[in-house]
Amino acid sequence: MPITTTDLEKIVNSGLTTAVKKSEINFGQLYIDVELKNLVSTILFLKTNEKCRFRQLIDITAVDYLGKDKRFKLIYLLLSHENNLRTVINIFIEDKVLVPSINKIYPSANWMEREVFDMYGISFKDHPDLRRILTDYGFKGHPLRKDFPLTGHTEVRYSESKKKVIYENVKLDQEYRSFDSESPWEGTKYIKSEIEKK
Amino acid sequence: MVKQKKTMNLNFGPQHPAAHGVLRLILELDGEIVEKIDPHIGLLHRGTEKLIEHKTYIQALPYFDRLDYVAPMNQEHAFALAIEKLLSIEVPIRAQFIRVLFCEIGRILSHLLNVTTQALDVGALTPSLWGFEERETLMTFYERVSGSRLHANYFRPGGVHQDLPRGLSEDIVSFCNNFPKVIDDLETLLTDNRIFKQRNVGIGIISKQEALDHSFSGVMLRGSGVPWDLRKAQPYECYRDFNFKIPVGKNGDCYDRYLCRMEEMRESVKIIKECINKMPSGPVKSIDGKITPPKKKDLKNSMEALIHHFKLFSEGFRVPIGEIYTAVEAPKGEFGVYLISDGSNKPYKCKIRAPGFSHLQAMDYLLKGHMLADVPAVLGSLDIVFGEVDR
Repeated sequence: MPITTTDLEKIVNSGLTTAVKKSEINFGQLYIDVELKNLVSTILFLKTNEKCRFRQLIDITAVDYLGKDKRFKLIYLLLSHENNLRTVINIFIEDKVLVPSINKIYPSANWMEREVFDMYGISFKDHPDLRRILTDYGFKGHPLRKDFPLTGHTEVRYSESKKKVIYENVKLDQEYRSFDSESPWEGTKYIKSEIEKK
Repeated sequence: MVKQKKTMNLNFGPQHPAAHGVLRLILELDGEIVEKIDPHIGLLHRGTEKLIEHKTYIQALPYFDRLDYVAPMNQEHAFALAIEKLLSIEVPIRAQFIRVLFCEIGRILSHLLNVTTQALDVGALTPSLWGFEERETLMTFYERVSGSRLHANYFRPGGVHQDLPRGLSEDIVSFCNNFPKVIDDLETLLTDNRIFKQRNVGIGIISKQEALDHSFSGVMLRGSGVPWDLRKAQPYECYRDFNFKIPVGKNGDCYDRYLCRMEEMRESVKIIKECINKMPSGPVKSIDGKITPPKKKDLKNSMEALIHHFKLFSEGFRVPIGEIYTAVEAPKGEFGVYLISDGSNKPYKCKIRAPGFSHLQAMDYLLKGHMLADVPAVLGSLDIVFGEVDR
């Protein structure tokens, strides 16, 4: 018997009790906030519980909130075919924290964790093969961090004199232009208050 | 004398015609038996997700054409849906039908390419010549509606860019009448072909459970007997109104996946026909001037339209704070977008979930113990396009 999102929220809250810091339903999907130490148990619960049956890991990703104490947010997306439900697990972590790998629970987590490592520099404990995956061999830095410049640090070209491909620092003829097109004009007060009322 | 086990390392790619793009495989071989595969991806990595963070929502849309460039509009669809849900705007019904129409054309585009190149990889040349002719016709439909054969930029938040040009529906219908014959012809070449069967039956088998564990979706999952299709399970747009079947495989091998794709093309043709028959009239994009650009005609007459146009193409629109995951059934599987908005005119984060990424990951599992010659066969049936794997 398939369950609904509200049922799921109840099951998760009663099954995991204090491990769930916050749960809410947005756009028909359940969002759960958990602590890092409860990550593995939460995912294991969602996968193995008779009613939940989240047997597919859709994706793992992270978000960089530069400047906050807990800089990164890890996001795990799960899907249950039987219940036709999706769940999003959020975990806030500081920089340079080791995250337990869930490779043993879902084999497909392998590359997803490698991607998070490559893009954000978040390391996973007990990962069988934590190498870079999308960036170049010998690449430095983690591109999706907010303090990584859009243009990157190096560029490659074929050097006629050295007869090989060489890496050089990026030289731009023109800086990347980020336009601030926000209007300083806010409209008259009575219109503005009308808009805010809505 | 002790016989020592010797394995050989072989480098496959990154420039290899059977690698379907820039894929580098490090194969560990014992004679001709594959012991281990280590795919090296990322040779086509363009930093799409990083670029999207620096563009307005409308500017970010064309990047989605460049992911799975075989079926561009299906990708745009996921992004457009995500924005629409965050903005909570309705898409006019005619626009929904046009979207379904072009998503199914995209599905045929993708499956045609995949099936015929899979045949090419195992030694059959003719199917690709026949299939590409049809793809060309389909791409002219893309061109007529969006102005571009590949990089369409057609599904905009709030609807589609333009209405169908005159005469296009009739031409699509006549294509639909002729196309099943082409599928039949392809089938006579392949389905009972001895060589094709020898190369594909029983190769790259994956069980139901394993397919779930490896995050498979789309044909890869259905080939193993899991009847899961997002168009049926979590219907988006107006897929609910259409009558179509979901072909499901039995054995989970390369041959079943091929059969599924052939059947899916026939179902897509049915959807396209039904779509054109039922096509309602009305606007093709949201009438909210803050989201969709005004008509060219209005630009000449209305000051408000002019301001809207200017603001939309300079500042863009703002999306309320929120996080959302939306997925569509792209030809290759579940294509998802995890979009985070911080209330500004640019996405704070946009994670793209590409189906090919998890499929390629399972290469090692699928090919362990197979022969070297099976590598291209399995790779072909995985339906890999590097635009979406590397992003």
